[in-house]
Order: sequence, then structure tokens, then C-alpha cells
Amino acid sequence: MACIGNQGELTESARKMLTALEKPGTAEDIAARTGLPLFRVRGGLREMAEAGLVEQKDGTYLPAQRGLALLSA
Amino acid sequence: MRSTSRRPKRGPEILLRRSPAEKEESMPNHVESTTEEPSQTLTEIAQPASLPRLGMAAPAFEAVTTHGKIRLEDYKGGWVVLFSHPADFTPVCTSEFLAFAAIAPELRERGVELLGLSIDSPSSHIAWVRNIKEKFGIDIPFPIIADSNKEVASRYGMVMPGESKTETSRCVFVIDPAGIVRAMIYYPLTTGRNTDEIIRLIDALQTTDKHGVATPANWKPGDKVIVPPPGTMEEVEARLKAGFECTDWYFCKKSV
Repeated sequence: MACIGNQGELTESARKMLTALEKPGTAEDIAARTGLPLFRVRGGLREMAEAGLVEQKDGTYLPAQRGLALLSA
Repeated sequence: MRSTSRRPKRGPEILLRRSPAEKEESMPNHVESTTEEPSQTLTEIAQPASLPRLGMAAPAFEAVTTHGKIRLEDYKGGWVVLFSHPADFTPVCTSEFLAFAAIAPELRERGVELLGLSIDSPSSHIAWVRNIKEKFGIDIPFPIIADSNKEVASRYGMVMPGESKTETSRCVFVIDPAGIVRAMIYYPLTTGRNTDEIIRLIDALQTTDKHGVATPANWKPGDKVIVPPPGTMEEVEARLKAGFECTDWYFCKKSV
């Protein structure tokens, strides 16, 4: 899943996952909170981490400053 | 039960030397590597050695799909049915996609995700999925790998040169939560697959894992299952006293 659209905006699924990260969590937590399939969440979080939208430590994800900025834009 | 062991076995794949990047992409149970430094990449080695084998780790990959980049390891902990089709915008493939879309909810109830593949571009896949929605009113809910460079198709032996050198045949790989190839089905270009059989196969494999049994021909959920054959005289005596439905010492069934 691409996390950022052509206009630099968050895609729907990226927005959903970032919103679900209001409380830090694992990919499994985010899948449960969003209802998205786990494989999509894993791929999505990986892409968002590469894009600097989320940070990951020991398998737990939390929003990065850039992610929060795009979420509130 | 010996015949249902899910642990990957050592085999020809251990001879493969893979690049560090490929090793990183592997699922944890992936092919064991040698202790020597890699001197050849997977693609430089004869392809047949890398083909999937039942009971062994499924070849790792990262691929562009209609749902973004996906790695096989993203499915870890759940089942995945990886299947190939010859080409987008062709009639038999379209009929199959309608059938796969129809069973997707039933598969998801069983913890199984579908993942399609053909040697087409992402744009072609997207256009075809939109066309199916427009013409048949059906959403394709699963991702489709755009394997334009045949990388995944080659690793899985999906191209059958006797049929076509440019298209994948109708292959199905059932991969379990540990990343082990549990079943493979190959159909020719001309013949659409039976999706009821894929559900039946999943039910049989999951029943095997849950109860440590085998399943007889044409088994369906609710039917009796096969008790694994005894290996010793002691086991023969024990099973004859166990109350199974035995036609003979080696052929016993029970309900699960």
C-alpha cells in the first residue's frame, strides 16, 4: 500500500493506521484496531516507517512527527 | 504423526547460496544456508534447485502488488494461498477470479489469505480488477502480484515452457502459518480450477494439524478421518483395543 498519495496527502489506509497508533502498538494490535488484514498492516507499517511517518522499536510502533503533521493537515 | 510433520526438512535447498539481502528477506524458517560466504545469487543458480517442495520453507519474496509492496513474511502466523494465472483480461482467468473472490470470505474465516500473481504490470492488474467490477459487479478483495520480471514466478516454477514461455500456468501453493509449503496444485492454461477443492484442501490440512490425523479420499468436514498407521506391534495391539472403526490393523478411522 502506498502511504502517501500524489498530492503528498496520507492515503486512506495510512490515515487509518496512524489514527490507530494514537496508542503505540504492534502490527497485531493495529490490525485488531483497524480491522485491516495483518499482512496489509505489516506491509503498510513498513512503508510508513521507510517514509518517516512512524517509528518502530522492538516491534512496537508509534507515530513520528511527520506522520502526526500529515494526520492533522 | 510422522506424515504430518510441519518442520522444514533439510534437502536440496540447503545447497543454495543466497545473497545477504535475500537472507534478510527470508522468513525465520527459511532455507538454511551454508556457513560459506555467498558467492552466487539465487538467480545465478539453476532454477530447478529453488523450486518449492512440500514440507519445506516457501521461497521468500518481496513483490509489487495491487495492494502495494508485499513480502511473503507479512503473512507469517496465517495461511496464504499463492496462485498464478496466465494473463489479465482473458476469459478463463476472469472466471477464476470471480470464483476466488467468492471464496475469499470463507477462506478468511479459516485464517487464509489469497494472493494472486501473473506476469503483467500493476496498471494491467488495476485495469482488469476495475473491469471485473464494472462488468460483473464483483470486487477482487485480494492483492495481485505484478510479476513483470518473472522473479516470483521463477522461484516458484510457475512458468511451464511446454505450455507457454511468457505466461504462468494455473499454479496454487498453500503455505502454512510457519511459512511451509503444505500443498501444490498445477492446472494447464486451458482448464479453470475448482475453488471448492481449495477450501476442502485447507479444511483437510487444518484438520490434520489440529488432530494429528490424515484424511481419506474425497474427505469433507464431518467425515471420519484416518488414524495414522501403527509402526510397531505394540501400537497395533493398542489401536485394536482403542475403539476405532478398523477394517484391518492398518486401516482405522475415527470421528473428530
